[in-house]
Amino acid sequence: MNKKLRSFNSPTFLAYALIAPAAIYILLIVAWPVLETIRLSFTNSSLAGEDYVGFENYEKMLSSKKFNKIVTRTFVWMFFSVSLKLIIGLIGAILLNANLRGRSMFRVLIMPPWVVPIAIGMLGWLWLYNGYFGIIAGVGMHTGILDGPFGFLAYKQSAFISTIVADVWVGTPMVTVFFLAAMQGVPRDLYEAAYCDGASRWDRFFKITLPQITPVIITMSILSAIWTFNSFEIIWILTEGGPRGATTTLIIDTYKQALGNYKFGRGAARAVVVMILLTLFAGFYLALLARINKKISHG
Amino acid sequence: MDRYTFLEKFFIYSAIFIFMTFILLPFVEMFYASLRPLDHLFRSPYQFYSDDLSFWAYREMWNTVPMLGRYIFNSFFLASSVAILTLLFVIPAAYSYARFNFPFKNSSLYILLAINMFSGAVLLIPLYKVLRTFGLLNSYQAMIVPGVAFLIPTSIWLLKSYFEKIPVDLEEAAFVDGASRVQILRHIIAPLSTPGLVVVGIYAFIGAYAQQFLFAITFNQKKEYMPIPSGLYEFIGYTTVKWNEMMAASLVGIAPVLIVFLFLQKYIVEGLTSGAVKN
Repeated sequence: MNKKLRSFNSPTFLAYALIAPAAIYILLIVAWPVLETIRLSFTNSSLAGEDYVGFENYEKMLSSKKFNKIVTRTFVWMFFSVSLKLIIGLIGAILLNANLRGRSMFRVLIMPPWVVPIAIGMLGWLWLYNGYFGIIAGVGMHTGILDGPFGFLAYKQSAFISTIVADVWVGTPMVTVFFLAAMQGVPRDLYEAAYCDGASRWDRFFKITLPQITPVIITMSILSAIWTFNSFEIIWILTEGGPRGATTTLIIDTYKQALGNYKFGRGAARAVVVMILLTLFAGFYLALLARINKKISHG
Repeated sequence: MDRYTFLEKFFIYSAIFIFMTFILLPFVEMFYASLRPLDHLFRSPYQFYSDDLSFWAYREMWNTVPMLGRYIFNSFFLASSVAILTLLFVIPAAYSYARFNFPFKNSSLYILLAINMFSGAVLLIPLYKVLRTFGLLNSYQAMIVPGVAFLIPTSIWLLKSYFEKIPVDLEEAAFVDGASRVQILRHIIAPLSTPGLVVVGIYAFIGAYAQQFLFAITFNQKKEYMPIPSGLYEFIGYTTVKWNEMMAASLVGIAPVLIVFLFLQKYIVEGLTSGAVKN
């Protein structure tokens, strides 16, 4: 009895007891569905029922030209989107880090795309991209760049670029804010010492700021790659993956297979591919975090 | 330190102007469109000038989107429920992570980070089945249940760092004086961590407000439960979209989150970035 009581009071039991509700919740809503997705990917599950079909879904998927195209497209889309977010975010952070009047106001004003529900922001972009009445086509026509109405979301290439631009719009504020926070964390005396030694503003940026914020740049590029890879709403609202599949990324394809055609088995096989890729990203990210932490703690 | 020359200032401000234009143009144009009569909007090429701007669309939208009021209420109700539920799950867990050492502590924290990287879109099929089994499809719960799960990981990390800032000595002193753990939680931890709880709660609220599309279009077909994003999305498919009213309704739908955010942005940004930057 006494022993039991002691174990009841020991922090380990208490620690686990406090975590249990959250852990059970996540196991039920995240972990179990992961396992179920893997199981379903080996079946021909649909609304009608399911049978075990082995690797059929995978074989069909991997041998289809369309699927390989989708994978390539996803990475191209991601590459441009992430690079643009990082470049624009870095430039934005440098600009808003300059000691000028109004910078605290600008820092707040860059947040809305991040805070507002993505779906609502995309309704705005749908209007901007409107070929007849939208402001972008309008500016194009007034300046003579376009010789008539142009539906940005109606053509393969322009739809691809347009969805990237909208994705960059959503993702840039977050990147900018993190870069800004990192820049403000750089010790001031480094700059003062360099200034006394006669280093130019340019030198100070490349020799102090950039090396100091490199860890944050690296973590942000992986994080933003993961978020971009997961991006669903932006493409779905703007194009639903069209025209003729031009903006169908892996996530969109998974959704279409599973909930558009109710082919759960095929959808699940695609979801498994997505999860494997995400796990690779996540592993990469965590390994990197551990390395950076080690470096910091070892001085 | 050296000051900026006039030319440098001019250059930086111009660059900031271009940057801000990219970020804010959609909102400005949404607002402008909401003020213009429909026949002014439907002129091609785009007319930059309208002479009869009015708030007419803000009155008319309630007729065009009959359930708009309900959608706005739903958005609020869903986001608040998700935020409160998230806090209930996260407070004990974050406290445990902040105070105790136990086996698998670090690995489970990293697993939480990894979960954060999975989007709901991947798990829709089994989630659909789970919700169907429990008879939760087409209800508020269909959107609340998965919403909470994807906010728990980050919230635990955020709140953990707040709890860690509260000195342990206070608790130890109270424990020596004979206070129970529950009493300590209620009388010491809770009051001291209120600011942290508010920030995490607001974070969860904004997160829940923002993620109201995917789960809403997938797990709920009933109009009376729809949040604003999916409610308005329905109208986009119509042949003639009343863009001025659409934009007015969108802006009314996002105004509350924006206002909440503007007042608390300093704390939220600090909380979110401190972890990432220090780590």
